[in-house]
Order: sequence, then C-alpha cells, then structure tokens
Amino acid sequence: MKLHEYQAKEIFAKYGLPVTPGVVVKHLSEVDEALKQFPQGPWVVKAQVHAGGRGKAGGVKFAKSEQEVHEKVSAILGMTLISPQTGPEGRLVRKVFITPAVDYVKELYVSVVLDRVNRTPIILASAEGGTEIEELAVHKPEAIFKILIDPIEGLHPYQARQLHLRLGLPQESINQGAKLFQNMVKVFMELDLSMLEVNPLVVLKDGSIHCLDAKVDFEDNGLARHKDYAAWRDPDEEDARELQAAEHGLSYISLDGYIGCLVNGAGLAMATADAIQHFGGSPANFLDVGGSASQKAVTQAFKIILSDTRVKAILVNIFGGIAKCDVIAQGIIDAAKEVGLSLPLVVRLEGTNVEKGKELLAKSDLKYTFATSMDEAAKAVVAAAPAGVKS
Amino acid sequence: MSVLLDKNAKVICQGITGTAGLFHSKACREYGTKMVGGVTPGKGGTEIEGFKVFDTVEQAVAKTGANTTMIFVPALFAADAILEAAAGGIKLIVCITEGIPANDMAKVNKILKGYPDVRLIGPNCPGIITPGVAKVGIMPGYIHRPGKIGIVSRSGTLTYEAVWQVTQLGLGQSTCIGIGGDPIVGTTHIDAMRLLNEDKNTDAVIMIGEIGGSNEEEAALYVKKYMTKPVAAFIAGTSAPPGKRMGHAGAIVSGGKGTAKEKIAALEAAGIVVAATPGEIGHALLEAIKKSKGKKSAKPKPAKKKK
Repeated sequence: MKLHEYQAKEIFAKYGLPVTPGVVVKHLSEVDEALKQFPQGPWVVKAQVHAGGRGKAGGVKFAKSEQEVHEKVSAILGMTLISPQTGPEGRLVRKVFITPAVDYVKELYVSVVLDRVNRTPIILASAEGGTEIEELAVHKPEAIFKILIDPIEGLHPYQARQLHLRLGLPQESINQGAKLFQNMVKVFMELDLSMLEVNPLVVLKDGSIHCLDAKVDFEDNGLARHKDYAAWRDPDEEDARELQAAEHGLSYISLDGYIGCLVNGAGLAMATADAIQHFGGSPANFLDVGGSASQKAVTQAFKIILSDTRVKAILVNIFGGIAKCDVIAQGIIDAAKEVGLSLPLVVRLEGTNVEKGKELLAKSDLKYTFATSMDEAAKAVVAAAPAGVKS
Repeated sequence: MSVLLDKNAKVICQGITGTAGLFHSKACREYGTKMVGGVTPGKGGTEIEGFKVFDTVEQAVAKTGANTTMIFVPALFAADAILEAAAGGIKLIVCITEGIPANDMAKVNKILKGYPDVRLIGPNCPGIITPGVAKVGIMPGYIHRPGKIGIVSRSGTLTYEAVWQVTQLGLGQSTCIGIGGDPIVGTTHIDAMRLLNEDKNTDAVIMIGEIGGSNEEEAALYVKKYMTKPVAAFIAGTSAPPGKRMGHAGAIVSGGKGTAKEKIAALEAAGIVVAATPGEIGHALLEAIKKSKGKKSAKPKPAKKKK
C-alpha cells in the first residue's frame, strides 16, 4: 500500500525525522485557510499522487506570494500528471500539499528497501540526489552506496556514522545525521514497509540534515499489524477492480487485452496469460483466486472479470492443490447464473476433485468448452473471442 | 535415494487443527507419508482424526521422533513457527503459509544461519514430494509418478502443470521441490539444482521460474559450470507489464531487471532448453534429454563426494 507524501511526513514526524509541515487542500477555496496556518512564504505547492517524478511532470511549483500560491494550486489541482512512473494515461491530481519552502545547499538520495540477493533490508544512498536517481542507477551505479542492515538489530550507530561521512555530509552534524539514518531504518522495520525513500534529503544552511520529501510503501503482508495505517489507504489512487478483488482475497491486475482469465496460483496465472499471448490473443487481466478459494470468492472473481466491458471471452484454468475443482466449478455455475453469462467460456480443470468438478459442470446448463490441456485451452479461448475486437 | 525427503521422514504438522492443516495432513497420510502428529498451542494432549496433538514442537519431537514439519500456521505467526521447529530439533522445515511479511523472513533467514543442518523450504510454497514414497505439502498426489525427473519451481500450480506433463509422457519424478514465490525463501533455485545434480536417482531436471529477482540467472550459471544432467525450463511472465506485482511478491519486474526475456537468454546461454509455452514443458524436457545424449559431459564435479 502506497501513501501520499503528506501522510508519509506525518509518520516521519512521529519518529523524530525532520520534515517541514504543511497543509493538504482538495479545493481552491481551502487555500486561504492553509495560508493562515503557514503565513510565512515562500511556499511550495506539491501534487499528491502515488507516483514519483512529480517535479519534472509539472506537479511541484514554487510560489513567492499568496497570489501565486492560489495560481499554482489552481494549475495543479485537477491536472493529469504524467511521469515515467504513472504510465501514459497519467494520474488525476485530487490533492495538493502546501508547505513553506526550505532553503538548502545540497541534495542527496536515501532509501531503505529489501535486498533479495542478501535477504535483508538495505540502505541505498547517494550524494548525487535529486530527480535523476534512476539514471544514476543505470549509468553510474558506483555513486550509490549500499549498506546491509541487520534484520534483527537494525542499523548500527557506527554504520550510520560511516554512511554520513561517506555521503560527504558536514562533519559537525554527524550525530544528527546518524540518528536520522537509524530512525529511517526503524520506521522501515517497525512498520513492515517495503520501501522508504527520501528524495531529496537535503543539507540546510546551518549544516543540519532535513527530509524534503518522504515516500512510504507498506508491504501488504505486514499491513494486518498496522491497522491504523491501513485506514490511510486512498482508494482514489487505486484500481477499483483491484481493490474489490483484494477485499475478497483475490489478486487481480488489470492488463490491456480482451480475454478474461480466472486462474489459481500466481505462477499459473502468469503462464496462462503468456500462453494466450503466444497463441495470438491478449489477456484482459491477471486473476489469481488463491489457494483456498471459496465458492463465493470464485463468484466474485467472475463478477469482477465481467465488469470489464473489454472482455470478450473467458478462460478458467485451474490446477487444484489446496483449491478444489468442485468448489471452483460450483462457483462458476453460480456466477454464470447470477450475472447471466453470455460470453464464450473455456474451462480447463485438473487436480484435486477434478472428476467431481467436471460432473458438476456437465450436469449444469452452463454453455462452455472443456479443454484438457493448457495450450488447448489457450488456443480455444483465442479462437472463441469474436474477431475484430483485438485491441 | 531421493532429495531431502525419503522413507525415513517422520512428519508433524504445525497448525494441524486448522482446516487446511488438517485436510492436508490427512492427504499426506493417505499418500503414505509417516505423519506422526501435530502441534497447536493450547490443544496438547488431544487427538484429531487419529493425529496426536502437542503444545510445542519440542514435545512433539521428544514423543514422536519427528524430523520433518509442515507449517500451516497463519502468516503473522509463521516466522515464529519456523524458528520453533529449528530450535525443537526438526531438520526439514516445509512452510506452506503464504503472506508472511518479508521483514519477518529476513529475521528468520538470519537466525537459521545458526542451524546449518536445518533446511527450510518455502514459505508460500506447495511443499516437496518424492513420488511413491512421501509428500509433505499440498500438491495433489495422483498427478505424480515415481521416476527420474527432478522438478524445481517457485510457483505451486505451475509445478503441478509440469509434473502432469512429465507423467503424461510416461516418465516420472524423482523429487519435486516447490521453493516458493516470496522474495526471501529458505531454499533457492540454485540450492535445489545442486541437490538434484548430486542425486543418483535424478537423470534430468525441469526448472520453472518467473519474472523478478535474479535467482534463475544464478542457477543458470551453476548449470553452465557444474550440471551434468540435461535441464529444461520455463519462465512465467513474458506477457507481464513492468512494475506490476503479479500476485507473488516475487513476481515483479522493476527497472527492466528480472524480465522474462533476460532470464530466458541467461538460461539458453547455459545450454538449458526453454519451453516457449507452459504447455510445452514436457517437450522441452524430451529435447533436453535428446540433446545431451551422445555428448558426455566433462564438467567438474562440485566439491562433494563423487557420484
């Protein structure tokens, strides 16, 4: 789960990380009230969307006067922000953050992420901060420092001091900097984050270190431990179908095609989408009904697939392990009845209780094509999708 | 012989009184696995469906001589269950549970370094099966057949797909290891490939991978250098758009790294036959076996006793 910058800064403040406070506004009419809280300019107006690269995309503006704050808020609110992280469709800006501008002398980059190779959290940091960090990673990887973090103890104080100096930060602020890096790691570990990023981390004129930006992603698996923060989810920033699916324990991801897929297991779901593409079709979604799919969950999965008007045919590919084929079959039958399924349907079942599942399908009045192998199923559904809809 | 799991395995199930734990403990027992009991804190001394229940792993090991465990404990408590098993004297830990926070697994990974003779498989995996001998996991037993093909895979149901194709070709499996789809797992592709390479009963190997991370690439390097047996592979996620998380925490392509294309290229460079579609895994295996015939490998043996 991603958070907005203003939410991440609230968490940072709670953990003693230096951030500049500000106010979130959703309407132009709220700007005056915000300026009363922070009357001292100049200000920065920042688009609040779940994507990086906001500055270059025109989502971060400097304002010298109150009049300019109004102008910038008006320009950013409601804009469609397009950055390398939003995809070509961009993101609608529904909130902006107004915060006093900070004068700084140097920009750096710091993040905490999980390092899969070393199987432990890691700090990535660079003295060359700012907006070009992705390019730096590709063209000048040696400029990025990596510090392995002890997954039990956290970042040791000596590691934090070393990092401070390696980044070329002022010697007089070594203890403040070290505390700051340690606290970042503390936030990452205590809140079960998948990423914490500060870009840029800045050095102020007095030599102290300050978090100018804040980015926090919660790992979905750990979110159950942090219910207060789970409530901070912004549904406007997420795909409605993906959210609906998550509520029913399903994993759904929207793709660009026209063949709806219902599969159990992430690997098989990916492979099914691959097979559809290989045989000339295009998958509309990735949908993993998971290990212990109930009848209700399968029905719900069907509804979600059918709510996508691009879908012209459906492929069900189940290899039962924990999931039982008869349960899936009953779910399909129920769903088809409930929503009045009229699209071509290809079903491939194998594994636990497969005979019972086949029997249920055969006894029902459902219209479907049964396939006995994965490639056969993929070919059948590609053939069944009406011609001329291939996007 | 087989890899990791043989007829000497005495298995307990942690979380045996839960629906999934009980269902699959029964299925394992029916398959022939020596299930000697289970653990659910607070239910020690009771019995469920013929399984003795203990409060702790320590008690279960003392009373039953268990050496293997299958974990179905809910995600937020599963890391503790793994550590309990290791501390309790279990040597093979198979963790089926999905959804364990990655930070928990980072801690587990560090602590398990203190138990060099303990092997963890998973989490978020289907488990391990030596067909005809024993299964510790959730895979449907009937799709397997004893034989000489080793299978290693990050994905559950996609493993079944590969197994089923091998069985339908009239071949069978030596041991199938589902290593799990999470970013941090106890046994990686390279660990599993090494075990299967050293196994006398394995003649060829199928490796199933997916987008994300660099595990498959590392395993490919091992294959190139040391593997004396034919290897076929499939990589899932060719059609996946970058930056999207495809169900498994592991399956995410970021910054152009860990794409299917990159992985397939690395595997092919190591002489592995890569199936173009998931339906062709079986054929890829036959091709790999055909290719290896006649050209005797002169690869160095890894630093282990000779076969």
